[in-house]
Amino acid sequence: MAATELSSPLTVEPHVRVTRRASPGRRNAGRWLIVISSCAFGLVVVAQALRGAGIIEPGFDTWRPTLYAYLAWSIALGCGLVMTKGERGHQLLFLLPALLFTVAVVIFPTFFGLYIAFTDWNLSSVSGRTFNGLDNIRTLMRDAFFWNALGNMVWYVLAVLVQYAIAFALALLLNAEIRGRKFFRIAFLLPFMLSPVAVSWMIGKSIMEYRFGPAATLARLLGWDNPAFFSSPWLARSSIMAMDAWVSIPFVMILLLAGLQALPHEVAEAAKVDGASPWQTFWKITFPLMLPVSLTAVILRIIFELKLADIVINVTAGGPGGATDTISSFIYREYRDRSNVGYGTMLAEFYLVIIIVFVSGLLALANRWMRRFT
Amino acid sequence: MNRSRPHRGQLVSSRTLIYAALLLWAFISLFPIYWTVTTSFKVAVDVTQGHLIPWVDFEPDWRGWRSLGLSPDRIGEVSTARQEFLQRFANSITASVGASLLAIAIGAPAAYGLSRFKYKLGPWRNDDISFFFLSQLILPPVVLALPFLVLYKSLAMLDTKLGLIVVYTLMVLPIVIWIMRDQFNAIPNELEQAALVDGASVWGAFTRIVLPIALPGMVAAFILSVVLCWNEYFFAALLTSTDAKTLPVMVASQTGSQGIDWWSMAALSTAAIAPLVLIGIFLERYIVKGLTAGAIK
Repeated sequence: MAATELSSPLTVEPHVRVTRRASPGRRNAGRWLIVISSCAFGLVVVAQALRGAGIIEPGFDTWRPTLYAYLAWSIALGCGLVMTKGERGHQLLFLLPALLFTVAVVIFPTFFGLYIAFTDWNLSSVSGRTFNGLDNIRTLMRDAFFWNALGNMVWYVLAVLVQYAIAFALALLLNAEIRGRKFFRIAFLLPFMLSPVAVSWMIGKSIMEYRFGPAATLARLLGWDNPAFFSSPWLARSSIMAMDAWVSIPFVMILLLAGLQALPHEVAEAAKVDGASPWQTFWKITFPLMLPVSLTAVILRIIFELKLADIVINVTAGGPGGATDTISSFIYREYRDRSNVGYGTMLAEFYLVIIIVFVSGLLALANRWMRRFT
Repeated sequence: MNRSRPHRGQLVSSRTLIYAALLLWAFISLFPIYWTVTTSFKVAVDVTQGHLIPWVDFEPDWRGWRSLGLSPDRIGEVSTARQEFLQRFANSITASVGASLLAIAIGAPAAYGLSRFKYKLGPWRNDDISFFFLSQLILPPVVLALPFLVLYKSLAMLDTKLGLIVVYTLMVLPIVIWIMRDQFNAIPNELEQAALVDGASVWGAFTRIVLPIALPGMVAAFILSVVLCWNEYFFAALLTSTDAKTLPVMVASQTGSQGIDWWSMAALSTAAIAPLVLIGIFLERYIVKGLTAGAIK
């Protein structure tokens, strides 16, 4: 490699490292820039907070100027880093915008959410928010609707396995030697592109409509007298699952198809030569080889499934009797209809803890499993 | 060679089965779209009698599109329904394109940095930083929704397109970083090193050498982001009310009222999904590329 012959250590595989030092004057100026801009930004925040608390009079009506101050501070920080650290600063500059953005937009809401979660705050009541300690947690423990929704989530997550099975079958079909593969691939992908809200109307409210919907007509033809898809709890839940599957199967299918296409052809050919039946070839060769891709697809799907809300909100609004409720749709109604902000946020934070524990467990399990198989 | 050739009959029947299954699923995938598009041209009697095929068992009518002000005879007139629809449409475009551009603008450099340099922020190394970005994926919208509502109220960003852009950027940033990091990892390091030896700066090498090569990946990330933002409903429903309302919110608010005309709902749904169907048909390659980035090692 040419670079290693030069004296400047430009390249150290696989990372580019450059040690071009900034002059002491620039370094000092940069340091001052960071310190001064940080102080100025802090001052703006404190002043605005004091004004919000009614302690001082001058200031701005909204926090919007604080946002501009944050932007200005970010730019100053970037310049300061470049001045003090030279090349290293330039490298940090790649990461800085995304990092500062995410920190600003996630850290504040998370901490503020934690605070709201321990307050009694109803937007429609006059009293505003008051700290009420652990009351929200106690209510949560006794809230049958929340636990019911959590129970539903178990079913929705299990439905991912059915989606996976169907998606695998479709991927195998698309991977077979067929004509018109491009047409089928696009046709199978299309449901994924549609917005769940539009799907709610297209399928939930019109195709599955009790009186005129084609699905209901078809069911009547097949001898089902009373095809009310959203009447009994199990039926309603299955209908929601079917719609959700319709939208999300293409996602799993595409991942699995890419996995199938990346498989070495020789192995399957060899199995064929040895006289293995297609069934044996699948279970003994294709399926085990596809395990890593399968795990990725299923885990990603579960993560997205845990956020399921749009279809439920728009088709059944959680009914009948909470049978189709997801946590998200339940909390959505708590905000929207009851304006119960404090309690709703406690539910959301509690759910987040459950999700983090569940997903970490899932990832750990997947890792262990993978190691056993490979 | 002792390859056991299947009987001719067996081969034919298995091919038939494969095509039957393919056609069945194609029907399942396409029928709802077909149904929505045709229903937008129906009148009441066609809906109640379950007519399916235009010109064969019903005569297409512009009624659904007229209620949106988009039928040929209404297109010249002033229509409040059309104005509202077009405003929602424009809002959806601004929010999704704006957020996707912003996410790429800050996500691509971050992904490049994570792929090429060694960072150390306190105890955090590259892997931890990557995990921090990706972990935003598991954050359910409900957790952020309310704090955002309060935050936006105090920032005077409630019901603004800027507010939506910021939330959507947060939503797609992990996906953009995931896709772009995969892209940059696939580009050999030697190219930039040659440029650096020639005296280019790190940023010069990035913008002039690496970005053009990574362009297809960037387009994939952009299109996937646009689709995800376009379809987003939860935040839009909570954070917008009149000015910045997006199409999904409009569709949802129409379905909420019972007994709404099917033809107008179908026309509205058709208009809302049309851009996505077109993207799906013409840019399928990029969607697939974006979805499979990093998943296949």
